[in-house]
Amino acid sequence: MAAYWKPVYKYIRRRWGVTTEDAQDLTQEFFARLLEKDFLDAYDPDKGRLRTFLRTCVDRLYWNQSRDAQRLKRSGGSAPLPLDFEEAERELTRVAAPESIEDYFEKEWVRSLFSLALQRLRRQCESGGKAIHFALFERYDLAEEDASKPSYAQLAGEFGLPITDVTNYLAFARREFRRSVLDQLREMTANEEEFRREAQTLLGADSR
Amino acid sequence: MKWLSDQVLDRLQATLQLPDLSGTRYRAVRYLARGGMGTVWLAEDTVLRRRVALKILDAANDSGELASRLLREARILARLEHPGIVPVHDAGTLADGRAFYCMKYVEGQRLDHAVRNIHSLQERLRLLERIAEPLAFAHSKGILHRDLKPENIMIGPFGEVLVMDWGVAKVKDGGQTDPVIATSQTTGEGSEPGPERDRMLDRPATSTASSVNLPETEHGRIFGTPGYMSPEQTRGDPVDERTDVFSVGAILNFMLSATTTEEAGSLPQVARPRPVPRPLQAIGAKATAPDRALRYASIADLTADLARYLEGLPVTAYRESLFERAGRVLARHRVAIVLVAAYLLMRLLLILFSRR
Repeated sequence: MAAYWKPVYKYIRRRWGVTTEDAQDLTQEFFARLLEKDFLDAYDPDKGRLRTFLRTCVDRLYWNQSRDAQRLKRSGGSAPLPLDFEEAERELTRVAAPESIEDYFEKEWVRSLFSLALQRLRRQCESGGKAIHFALFERYDLAEEDASKPSYAQLAGEFGLPITDVTNYLAFARREFRRSVLDQLREMTANEEEFRREAQTLLGADSR
Repeated sequence: MKWLSDQVLDRLQATLQLPDLSGTRYRAVRYLARGGMGTVWLAEDTVLRRRVALKILDAANDSGELASRLLREARILARLEHPGIVPVHDAGTLADGRAFYCMKYVEGQRLDHAVRNIHSLQERLRLLERIAEPLAFAHSKGILHRDLKPENIMIGPFGEVLVMDWGVAKVKDGGQTDPVIATSQTTGEGSEPGPERDRMLDRPATSTASSVNLPETEHGRIFGTPGYMSPEQTRGDPVDERTDVFSVGAILNFMLSATTTEEAGSLPQVARPRPVPRPLQAIGAKATAPDRALRYASIADLTADLARYLEGLPVTAYRESLFERAGRVLARHRVAIVLVAAYLLMRLLLILFSRR
């Protein structure tokens, strides 16, 4: 759920243009049903990706809710899930209106996947005494603008390391980031076949 | 964790796609193509200072199954030392756990593109003969390709022919066809067209090398490419050399009908299908017979029939009429017939003039 709730929330906001309150209710309702019912039993990995299936389910839920009530309300019964909608709302304003809602959902899914993989990487580096590796990675690979990226020599000066160490630490962090993404992806996919397909799309240079 | 902008996302994705070649003798140059299990990269061998192609799995495979399949493909290529088959140089595992193998970097054009610039029927047939050579060699080593198609054949800058993509090749077990699987590969999988030149088209492995004691290909998975895959392979039945005969026949039919660049560029009402001589039609039909018992028994039999056609001899696949036979004999001995006719005419003229 951690990987999907933000893309789903943002998708609802973008796709249906509902208020933040309605989008929050619909998101809560969707994931409550997902957790409580055998929602995923209907999913067939051979017919498509899990996230496409989920998006279809969201649409269906929206239509049903809109038909049944003027306002999209949670059906109640279960405690709301601890989702940081304010953060999602802030993120929503940082991306321009998409041309294609499907591409938007895909992009948000990748953003969510990478964010979780980065959290995983940071935890791993910190617990393994390699916090400096992550710090270097954050400074270099996660720099907002290419122009603001420091050179390896600057990083070496900043962190008090030889340049060769900067090179090696960054190589380590990138390698582990890749591993984290794949581990996260494996958790987010229904089976090995879907995992492989997603890995090909995400990592296989298909977009070039 | 900070929010990731689109720019950072794109950069991270590009970082993920680059193979981690640290600790190896290779340096990535650029992405070349995608296969079923991974990608092919142009790389520089920093020790020998030459360009090579690296086939690398997408992900480190926990079970080792994909890595085994990749290694199986590399070992099959290593067994097939032939000028028409891309040589493999090295195999191993990258620092990030992904299996890879290194092979010769092949520049050139895929057959489906190259054929457009070959106008003469004879030239096309001679090219097909050269395509068949490495296959016949592989069969002699007990290896079936099982995914032959124009996209898997490269024509080098000097006209050399290389049969690529042995990823779903099969090693016959002790001379007997392994009863498992049929083959191959989805059409989309690795055959997405890239730049015509500078492409390395080799793709993922699925083959079985029983002699090296490697695990089998996945039972029941149908690999192959519709249109070029034999019916028995499509059904998942045991296959033998005749499955490759079918594919070569399909390639022959493709080459016979493929339009040239000029033809493709002409108006639709002007462009007409290329006329195909009946004996060649028959050869194509026999090679691609749905019932394999009716096909050529081997690649060698198929190429022998093609050679007979090229030499103006009767082919086994076609029973010609008396008229056709006369035409063929006339065409084959055209020069001699013209010379004899000219001689006889001169004699006749001499006789006529000498009587006056």
